[in-house]
Amino acid sequence: MSDPLTTNEPDVKGISTKPRDVKRTPPGPDAEDIIICRAVHKWFGELHVLNDINITVKHGEVLVIAGPSGSGKSTWIRTINRLEEHQRGDIIIDGIELTNDIRNIAAIRSEIGMVFQQFNLFPHLTVMNNITLGPIRVRKVRREEAEERAMQLLNRVGIPEQALKYPAQLSGGQQQRVAIARALAMDPKIMLFDEPTSALDPEMISEVLDVMRELAESGMTMLVVTHEMGFAKAAADRMVFFDYGQIVETGTPEQIFENPQHDRTKLFLSQILTH
Amino acid sequence: MSDDPQMTTGTPQPAEELRPPATEVGVLGWLNHNLFSSKLNGILSIVLGVIVALVIWGLAQWAVLDARWDVITDNMRLFLVGRYPPEEIWRVWLTLTLLSATTGLSAGSSGIGSVRMLAIMLTAGQLMLAALILVSGLGIVASLALVFGAGVVYATMLAAQRYPVRRLWISLGWLATTIAGVLLLAGLGDATPLPSVSTNIWGGLLLTMVLSVAGILLSFPLGVALAVGRRSRLPVVRVVSTTYIELIRAVPLITVLFMAQFLFPLVLPEGLRIDNVIRAIGGITLFSAAYVAENVRGGLQAIPTGQHEAAFAIGLRTWQTTVFIVLPQALRITIPANVGLFISLLKDTTLAYIIGLLEILGIGRAVLANPDYLGTQFEVYLFVAVVFFVLSYTLSQASYRLEKELGIGER
Repeated sequence: MSDPLTTNEPDVKGISTKPRDVKRTPPGPDAEDIIICRAVHKWFGELHVLNDINITVKHGEVLVIAGPSGSGKSTWIRTINRLEEHQRGDIIIDGIELTNDIRNIAAIRSEIGMVFQQFNLFPHLTVMNNITLGPIRVRKVRREEAEERAMQLLNRVGIPEQALKYPAQLSGGQQQRVAIARALAMDPKIMLFDEPTSALDPEMISEVLDVMRELAESGMTMLVVTHEMGFAKAAADRMVFFDYGQIVETGTPEQIFENPQHDRTKLFLSQILTH
Repeated sequence: MSDDPQMTTGTPQPAEELRPPATEVGVLGWLNHNLFSSKLNGILSIVLGVIVALVIWGLAQWAVLDARWDVITDNMRLFLVGRYPPEEIWRVWLTLTLLSATTGLSAGSSGIGSVRMLAIMLTAGQLMLAALILVSGLGIVASLALVFGAGVVYATMLAAQRYPVRRLWISLGWLATTIAGVLLLAGLGDATPLPSVSTNIWGGLLLTMVLSVAGILLSFPLGVALAVGRRSRLPVVRVVSTTYIELIRAVPLITVLFMAQFLFPLVLPEGLRIDNVIRAIGGITLFSAAYVAENVRGGLQAIPTGQHEAAFAIGLRTWQTTVFIVLPQALRITIPANVGLFISLLKDTTLAYIIGLLEILGIGRAVLANPDYLGTQFEVYLFVAVVFFVLSYTLSQASYRLEKELGIGER
């Protein structure tokens, strides 16, 4: 497996020891496809929210998904770990097809970490217990081991001193970094980010984006729904532009920003970049 | 001012601190704000003050000069334990002492303020009872036993503060205390050193406590299970839970108690007789569980879907999500509602007189039926009211402490 989180020597600084300015080599054509979506459709009642989504994501690829609100981008990444059910088409994650089979769903969810717009930390648990709950209850890791790993992750996201606090005692940016650590504690192969900085005060956005950029450089497969175009330019291998439940355009960030093909993409970019 | 050296160095001089006007703080301030903030309020305060003073004066005069407190002191044993045999009454005090030890142990080990509060209340309660027993001439031994119990609470609490006991052992301690308490109170059999004491003759405060503590401890888990069941994805579980809750909530407690008393024996096989007190506990439990369930359901619904999603996203199963994520939060936010319910359960145990059980109010009525105590209704009911007030207030204060303590992680 090319998962750097599990293969790396777990030292206190984690993989942040890697030089940060080195741009990861883009995944070659021989890299294994980790997410395959074929003709995926989904409806909310009468509303056609995902309309014929066809896309494959390779190991280690960083995908930024942009588009107007209500365009289906969040819904799409939520179908990847089955928080939303798709109604037609196939989704295959790391060789496992997403069906109603509960065992498949559990297996897939344990391989996918997710970071939410509203953090969704468990308010009744300390930061430490938020992070160790999954490893202890799902992976059956011993508590001491899980806590050691949690401290490594807290170091990696830069807030080891907050381990014994409750989420409500942290700032928004700190909470989101805990949420990232919580997701990473399960050693996921894929990380989903659903507008991770949209609920943050402006001065806290960069601390979260820094963590995400470092994660991208470490070789994690990431699907990021965001309006942070700076992050997209710096970290994305590929951008996907959603509108009306369809993928309107895909391409490298350079292609999308400098030479958007589609009118809707141009309009969206002009709206988001001019203020 | 230019000769001021502080000005030349640019250090700002601290402004002189002025005292707030005398009419804003202290006793005067309080009076000004709360009683005499306007002319109308001033007049109202004076009129009400006079009325309150007159009432208190009248009450005090009655309590000291006219009241026949002998109705309470003469019947103190009845009020406390009903017709529990006097020669076996030590078993009640011993149970209380056991309870004291376990409570002290929990309070000292956990350091949780609400548990400590309960321990303090248990100490105070036993001291109060000891005083009551002393003035009633029920025997210096009983009184000393209660003082000893109060001391045990404190001694175990201090000991456990120094040498905390593991939570597992405390849980086992509570289990052992419960079993030992039931065996002590009910007895092992007539040939043993602990002859059986039929629950039919339990009464007074003892019965009130047994009914309400058992009712609370049993209805809570049942209610939580029903609340989770009502939101289950399995249709059978959901329909059964919902039907139960709606049926029970549609009838008054009295009918449930009557059913427990008269219908269960008809349904049960011949020869299997269920004890009166157990029937009453059953009725109270079945009744309260439905209300606990609705309180908890409200709490469950208040948990945002994001919590479920986050739990699923780290791979927790549905039951794990319920047990580790949703229930702890839901139970916390329903503490005020549930404690309110338990306080009313405590007072509803008085309905047990309907099925012939003489809890403390029942004893009061029985005492009043005695021609010797004609015209002492006020004394008796006032005494019963004070007992209920002390118990309810203890519960509500403990819950208030608990809420505050659990508030640490509030979003």
